[in-house]
Amino acid sequence: MSKKVTVYSTPTCPYCVRAKQFLKENNIEFEDIDVSTDDVKAQEMMSKSGQMGVPVLDIDGQIIVGFERGKIKEALGI
Amino acid sequence: MYDLIIIGAGPAGITASVYAARKRLNFMVITKDIGGQTAWSGDIENYTGYQFITGPELTVKFEEHMRRYNVQMREDEEIIKLQKMGSSVWLKTAKGEECEAKTAIIASGKTSRELNVPGEKEFKNRGLTYCATCDAPLFAGKEVAVIGGGNSGLDAALQLMKIAKHIYLINITPSLTGDPIMQEKVSESELVTVMNYTKVTSVFGDKFVTGVRVKREEKDEMLKVQGIFVEIGLVPNSKFVEGVEKNEWGEIKVNPYNETNVLGIFAAGDVTDVPEKQIVIAAGEGSKAALGVFKYLNHLR
Repeated sequence: MSKKVTVYSTPTCPYCVRAKQFLKENNIEFEDIDVSTDDVKAQEMMSKSGQMGVPVLDIDGQIIVGFERGKIKEALGI
Repeated sequence: MYDLIIIGAGPAGITASVYAARKRLNFMVITKDIGGQTAWSGDIENYTGYQFITGPELTVKFEEHMRRYNVQMREDEEIIKLQKMGSSVWLKTAKGEECEAKTAIIASGKTSRELNVPGEKEFKNRGLTYCATCDAPLFAGKEVAVIGGGNSGLDAALQLMKIAKHIYLINITPSLTGDPIMQEKVSESELVTVMNYTKVTSVFGDKFVTGVRVKREEKDEMLKVQGIFVEIGLVPNSKFVEGVEKNEWGEIKVNPYNETNVLGIFAAGDVTDVPEKQIVIAAGEGSKAALGVFKYLNHLR
């Protein structure tokens, strides 16, 4: 069963771009949230992760801050 | 054994890889990230051929150019040690892998200098950031402080002027030091308060940053801000390089051919003592280094 993946990002952040590229390369579907234009979602990201840095990945409730390839792979089971 | 290992994939490393590929060298790129500082830059208006391009966009261009040659690359890897061993260059990654090559080009660039004040580590990514390009959009409508009056500080202030409620530009020197054209734009804005002769003494907050304490002309002041952008210069990523001459700031010394004092070890870009740190210069240095390696290898044969 595929996992629900959400990426909180800004359009200008290079690691966000890489994280999304990585997911695409691995054929992982995800919801892409631009927190620079959505204040409610920005608050949601901050309360989920306890911090303000992007990207934040929510993989079935597991929160990963930054483009941590190893952790992302583990959470996705790939 | 590889002919060459290139360390870093900023403008210097990527340009070196394009030249090395065109010379058909057997080489590999090992890097922590792609684009280096270019990826974090805001608006770029002085890279020849592009009157205006953003850092992330230029990084994509760089990467596409490199990928065209099917360059063998390992991303997300850090080198912890590099040294000459016998007639070759030996290195070890943070993941414990070892690698040998006939030559190396060190193009590992620079990273942000830290403030070294109480609260800095605690509030990193909780309102305090070293990447205005990445995080500025999260501070729309907020009061923020930018620390540093050089080009990167001014660049951060310019980005924030578009969205923040107010910006305190905190500068330790008597006047701003960045490009006059940027200084003018910042000084003209009603949103920016420039504070010269001012030193940051601590960062405070609860869950997130709520303010910064500064000392201006021996007087303590407190500024209420929700964001702090640290832009106080850079330190070279050269610690892992052993047996190679460096200057007092830790920059690797190179001659006009990008050779270090160790035969077979070359260096290029911001990690070196080359005068002026610019994207266009780093790219040029990378090409010189790769051509230097090519000549050196021919000489070996």
